[in-house]
Amino acid sequence: MGLDQSFTGRSYPPSAPYQVGREKIREFATAIGAEDAAYHDPEAARALGYPDVIAPPTFPMVLSMATSRQIVEDPALGVDYSRVVHGDQRFAYSRPVTAGDELVCVNSIESINARGGHDFLTTRSEIGTSAGEAVVTVWTMFVVRGEEG
Amino acid sequence: MELPTQRYRVTRADLVRYAGASGDFNPIHWSESFAAKVGLPGVIAHGMLTMALVGRAVTTWAGRPDAIVEYGVRFTRPVEVPDTEEGTEVEVSAVAKDTDDPALVRLDLTATCGGVKVLAQAKAVIKRP
Repeated sequence: MGLDQSFTGRSYPPSAPYQVGREKIREFATAIGAEDAAYHDPEAARALGYPDVIAPPTFPMVLSMATSRQIVEDPALGVDYSRVVHGDQRFAYSRPVTAGDELVCVNSIESINARGGHDFLTTRSEIGTSAGEAVVTVWTMFVVRGEEG
Repeated sequence: MELPTQRYRVTRADLVRYAGASGDFNPIHWSESFAAKVGLPGVIAHGMLTMALVGRAVTTWAGRPDAIVEYGVRFTRPVEVPDTEEGTEVEVSAVAKDTDDPALVRLDLTATCGGVKVLAQAKAVIKRP
């Protein structure tokens, strides 16, 4: 019972705007032990040419993981989330996420493949400011394990 | 060119902290009994925490917190985190290669835990330091 491959290319409505806060970035950086000054100190970030603290590279997952639920929980697609494993993860950056950004995610299904009894669902999140500036593209591959798996 | 190996310790406290900061509260990252129920050897680290630690190694090598242009990994083996003070350790190494663009360098990354590779096809493209 594989996923319907005709969902490939489907795009979902933009997510509600996410306000990136300075303290959220600091909290995330602290949680991963990242001590670079630009993640914590606005002055250090300004010295690198940014308006406020910048986020570590994997921070966009905070948004994309939450918003990609509109795909994995789409009843029409019918993913059994209890069988989902995170397969791979990729980011392409135009610039780092910065405190003060108001970000919107536009999610789509990049590909659906069946192999060895499992389904491989790759989602793509285009994350940009609500004013339309591109910030980062996030690809997430979910492995939906087969019944026997 | 081979880059100096980076090592990161991961304890249960780190998993709790990462769960809170990231919003990923999957119980496989904090509950021994839940992890056992779904067939895991024990509580495991978030794949995205491992990826974040490898990201730290990349920005350390790059010498700038904003140097990464592209970054991708495949999660192959879970990082099991025992309920001890020492937890476990993730070791990250890399080989740097030129790209077609003289302003960019590609890093082929290796992340291991207890000598076992936990990521595959781990690559980053960074601005040349």
